Amino acid sequence: MARITAGVGSSHVPLLGVAVDQGKSRDDYFGPIFAGYDWTREWEKTEKPDVVILVYNDHASAFDANIIPTFAIGCGENYKPADEGWGPRPVPDVEGHADMAWHIAQSLILDDFDMTIINEMDVDHGLTVPLSMMFGQPDRWPCKVVPLAVNVVTYPVPSGNRCWALGEAIARAVESYPEDLNVQIWGTGGMSHQLQGPRAGLLNREWDNKFMDLLVGDTQAARAIPHIEYLRETGSEGIEMVMWLIMRGALGAKTRLLHRHYHIPCSNTAIGHMVLEPVE
Amino acid sequence: MKQDIHEYLAEFEDIPGTRIYTASRARKGYWLNQFAMSLMKADNRERWKTGERAYLDQWQLSEEQKLAVLARDYNRMLDLGGNIYFLSKIFSSDGIPFAEACSTMTDMTFPEYRQMMLDGGRSPEGNRSIKGGY
Repeated sequence: MARITAGVGSSHVPLLGVAVDQGKSRDDYFGPIFAGYDWTREWEKTEKPDVVILVYNDHASAFDANIIPTFAIGCGENYKPADEGWGPRPVPDVEGHADMAWHIAQSLILDDFDMTIINEMDVDHGLTVPLSMMFGQPDRWPCKVVPLAVNVVTYPVPSGNRCWALGEAIARAVESYPEDLNVQIWGTGGMSHQLQGPRAGLLNREWDNKFMDLLVGDTQAARAIPHIEYLRETGSEGIEMVMWLIMRGALGAKTRLLHRHYHIPCSNTAIGHMVLEPVE
Repeated sequence: MKQDIHEYLAEFEDIPGTRIYTASRARKGYWLNQFAMSLMKADNRERWKTGERAYLDQWQLSEEQKLAVLARDYNRMLDLGGNIYFLSKIFSSDGIPFAEACSTMTDMTFPEYRQMMLDGGRSPEGNRSIKGGY
């Protein structure tokens, strides 16, 4: 049976992709950010996941203003990096796991989560930056990826509780997949940032760290954080953190912390990163 | 856990200096955002750069939306229903980094804004609630 062996939380700031692609990841500005991922890059080499379920949001790349799926799952064979206005990132294509993705999609729908299914799409920095942070610059990505895109742009976005419950349902779906596969789930986005209006530039180190605390152990308090709290405390784009709750929900009743990193700033954003494993 | 939609939306108006992208903004800004999205294609960027006004006139934008775009007045574009991820295609086409575009929406110059970020960002203190003042 397939099993979820770990969860990873990470920001997905586009500038991190630029730093990797332009060889700047060890300069004075980016060095402290990337140093916090060194542990994880080594760990991933020994963990060798077969599949990563990568929870992220599309930033007006694959989806325009026309169709706005709350939860969408990529069931295709592969995905190309999106042209976000300055040409696609020079990273490998992303290989999907269509069979597992369809299995998860079907299982989730039977489990009362009405998923949108995507066969073809390009994937933007929300998905490719975490791959670069965790795997560096390989010729091909070392695992298959099931993209899970969440609407965190047009309100109402899904509640924290719903995201957590989706994670729980994803775990059930993975456990019923017959092949013996090592599966990780990554929740990406955040942490505090605001990219618009006169309040742009808001960061909140204290709140972000409190949020990360709530993902460790057996507390479920983060399920109940209302949208307005993310918006007031972490800026208009801090709401992306609800995607970390899908990852946390998929890890079951209790988690153990393996690694944690926090850094301010990267461009407009606070960088947060953690690695968790489920505790039986 | 279900929240009343009217109460939910009303709370968003209490955040200082922030336009939450609600359904009413999404409806108002639909073509503004679709225009901005079109700039992801290299051919369209080329046409846009050779004649901004002519390119805009092909879209169902209001005159005030067109003027806000031509003036690169991002706060105004937000007020008229723009969403920052869509609007980012405009400043990307201009070759302007995200942080610099953000700074134009604040009362700071880009160097001042960049320094604020290096110093730990804008504090949430006093920036959480208009009514509550906290």
